[in-house]
Amino acid sequence: MQLDLNTIWFVLVGVLFTGYAMLDGFDLGIGALHLFTNKDEERRLMLNAIGPVWDGNEVWLVTGGGALFAAFPNVYATVFSGFYLALMLLLAALIFRAVAIEFRSKRPEHWWRQTWDVGFAAGSIVSSLLIGTALGNIAWGVPVDANGEFAGTFLGLLTPYPLLVGVTTVALFMMHGAIYGVMKTEGELHDKLRVWAMRCIIFFVICAVTLTMATLLYVPHMSARVREIPWLFSVALVNMLAIANIPREFHHGNDGKAFLSSCAAIVTLMALFALNIFPNLVYSLPNPENSLNIYNAASSSKTLGIMLIIACIGVPVVIAYTICIYWIFRGKVKLDRMSY
Amino acid sequence: MDVLTLSRIQFGATIAFHYLYPPLSIGLGLLLVIMEGAWLKTGNTLYHQMARFWTRVFALTFAIGVATGIVMEFEFGTNWATYSRFVGDVFGSALAAEGIFAFFLESGFLAVLLFGWDRVSRKMHFFSTCMVCLGAHFSAVWIIVANSWMQTPAGYHIVGEGMHARAEVTNFWQVVFNPSMMERLSHTVCGAWCAGAFLVVSVSSWYLLTGKHLEFARKSLKVGLTVALLASLLQAVTGHTSAQGVAKNQPAKLAAFEGLYNTTSNAPLTIAGWVDEKNEQVVGLQIPNMLSFLAHNDFHAPVTGLKAFAPEDRPPVQASFLFFHGMVGIGFTMITIAALGFLYFRHGSLHERRWLLWILVFSVLLPQMANQLGWFAAEVGRQPWIVYGVMRTPEGLSAVVKANVVLSSLILFTVIYFLLFTVFIYLLNDKIQHGPHEDDLIPSGKLALPTRN
Repeated sequence: MQLDLNTIWFVLVGVLFTGYAMLDGFDLGIGALHLFTNKDEERRLMLNAIGPVWDGNEVWLVTGGGALFAAFPNVYATVFSGFYLALMLLLAALIFRAVAIEFRSKRPEHWWRQTWDVGFAAGSIVSSLLIGTALGNIAWGVPVDANGEFAGTFLGLLTPYPLLVGVTTVALFMMHGAIYGVMKTEGELHDKLRVWAMRCIIFFVICAVTLTMATLLYVPHMSARVREIPWLFSVALVNMLAIANIPREFHHGNDGKAFLSSCAAIVTLMALFALNIFPNLVYSLPNPENSLNIYNAASSSKTLGIMLIIACIGVPVVIAYTICIYWIFRGKVKLDRMSY
Repeated sequence: MDVLTLSRIQFGATIAFHYLYPPLSIGLGLLLVIMEGAWLKTGNTLYHQMARFWTRVFALTFAIGVATGIVMEFEFGTNWATYSRFVGDVFGSALAAEGIFAFFLESGFLAVLLFGWDRVSRKMHFFSTCMVCLGAHFSAVWIIVANSWMQTPAGYHIVGEGMHARAEVTNFWQVVFNPSMMERLSHTVCGAWCAGAFLVVSVSSWYLLTGKHLEFARKSLKVGLTVALLASLLQAVTGHTSAQGVAKNQPAKLAAFEGLYNTTSNAPLTIAGWVDEKNEQVVGLQIPNMLSFLAHNDFHAPVTGLKAFAPEDRPPVQASFLFFHGMVGIGFTMITIAALGFLYFRHGSLHERRWLLWILVFSVLLPQMANQLGWFAAEVGRQPWIVYGVMRTPEGLSAVVKANVVLSSLILFTVIYFLLFTVFIYLLNDKIQHGPHEDDLIPSGKLALPTRN
């Protein structure tokens, strides 16, 4: 493997989507857990824990979409038109959860808040499920014709393996969200979230083990690279250790480190996914020769070069002030008059 | 209906609804910078109260703007996949740059703007407000770069043939500064400033009419009316340069705007009227020679008519004409209203003129209407092309998406957006009726500390 522009952009698009999973992952998870408590104050605390950052987290998805459009337009076109209905449902879910956060606090009536709470929770769960299912389809392979167009149907996307990836994603985000919640809250809610976090970890581990077995049995190409280069197995090992480390950090009261472990688990999962699909972006089943890869789906090397300059200027600045903003809003969340 | 019509309706409807909000973010963003800046400079806590009140309104518009904006980012791929493959090399870069340079800046510092009041120092908060405002303007820059490239493509060449043909970048700066970009950007941004300023003017006038929050309303009006007047005047100037650009770069569009069929020297300008498409003429009030002068700075210059183009290359004439004239008419109405309001305000007698206050209350609708009509004119006037002179709109469609699928997503978005708009109006009204908080007169937290110089 040589490090050309196409490979760099494969990595950069991967970084953007990993950033999305790591950051929006916890606020989608908080959303999925939102209805687990029926106390208004606890719901408010959980909302305000993600309040200042959820918006910026979602930008990772938008920028990931933009980067995919710019670097691999054929993938953007094929996947987005091929997964049309699924994407429209995802957009509807994302809209609902976004406006629910903003609208909920504006009126005190119980029916008003309950409506937006359901919208927020349902939107978060459906978004996670659909994002996971889409990823699952890319892993399994989708029918692509000789012109690079999607040749399947909407129902053809809802097969068991992709759905299993979808459910695993929901479990992963719930675990991640619960751990973030533990880090940001105190008192009764903190203890409650810790119990939920442990349950979510169990839920996730069951899903992950099932998914791993299913992948090894039915989707051999998704473990081919690790089989070929055995030292890459260490990535899988790090993933397991990171998850095992979460209860340990909880035990020592290091909620922040537990959250970082959870982040590491997401990064390693995305890395395993990327390592095994590389150099394909859309694996074509049943005709692998129609697969869209980082060469036949890419923009010209001139554009990739220009975009790399843009990324080199933009991304470090973005990361710098993102860290600053997380720093400003560090510590336990407290309700004040600007809160949701 | 066929998939082309449905996809066009869906794109038109989702972008039109989305575009109610970004102009407010851009315009209010600028006003927030002015108000908070005034607070830091004068120490008058009324400005602090204003900044806080308008920040709450800003948060509401911003949330819907983001939610509906994600749809736009994906809709090129879902409905216009062939277009996306064709232009991805050029057009995608602008969208990606918008994400990296604008959206992150805007949403990141928005956190400090909304939730940081009591957490950061005055200077840090003001800096964040400036960054949010800057981010909103950057996003206008990149989206106008992308759209202007569709109007006046430059800096590219076509590689490949038939199904595999696509546009590739040859010169990035020519893509960015394509011939219509600067004039369209300035015109769009002025429109956004008007949207923000007239919202402030409208709400403040309502307070004056109902006799509530008088001090707050007067200070807000001072800022609002000044920006409204300057922006609407600049709007006329940038509109003029923009139209001259259209005359030069997209003559078929200008001919459709003016309903001009035959290439004529001493072409007249229509003030108001409609196009009689059957007899190929304009019915209405006209000023002789004026179109020639405005388009080419010469009363006798010939202006290209629609007949210079094959019928299949002409945009829809009646629609382009009405959208364009509607926009211009509203633009001049805005200048008149802003000027009257400004003069009477300076004179100190605005609060006595209830008829004018009522007009100012409803003036909030004008920039929104003009912004919508302006975009309709720009996009309908570009037809039948999706990329002017390079790719036709029907050629850009997704090959695999069927009409019934687009119909279902169109219904989905219509229902959701209708709901969103109802809730938005309800909550906006709620905030306006509630008015500014008395607590906000006293800065709290770290903001209460005086700035160290």
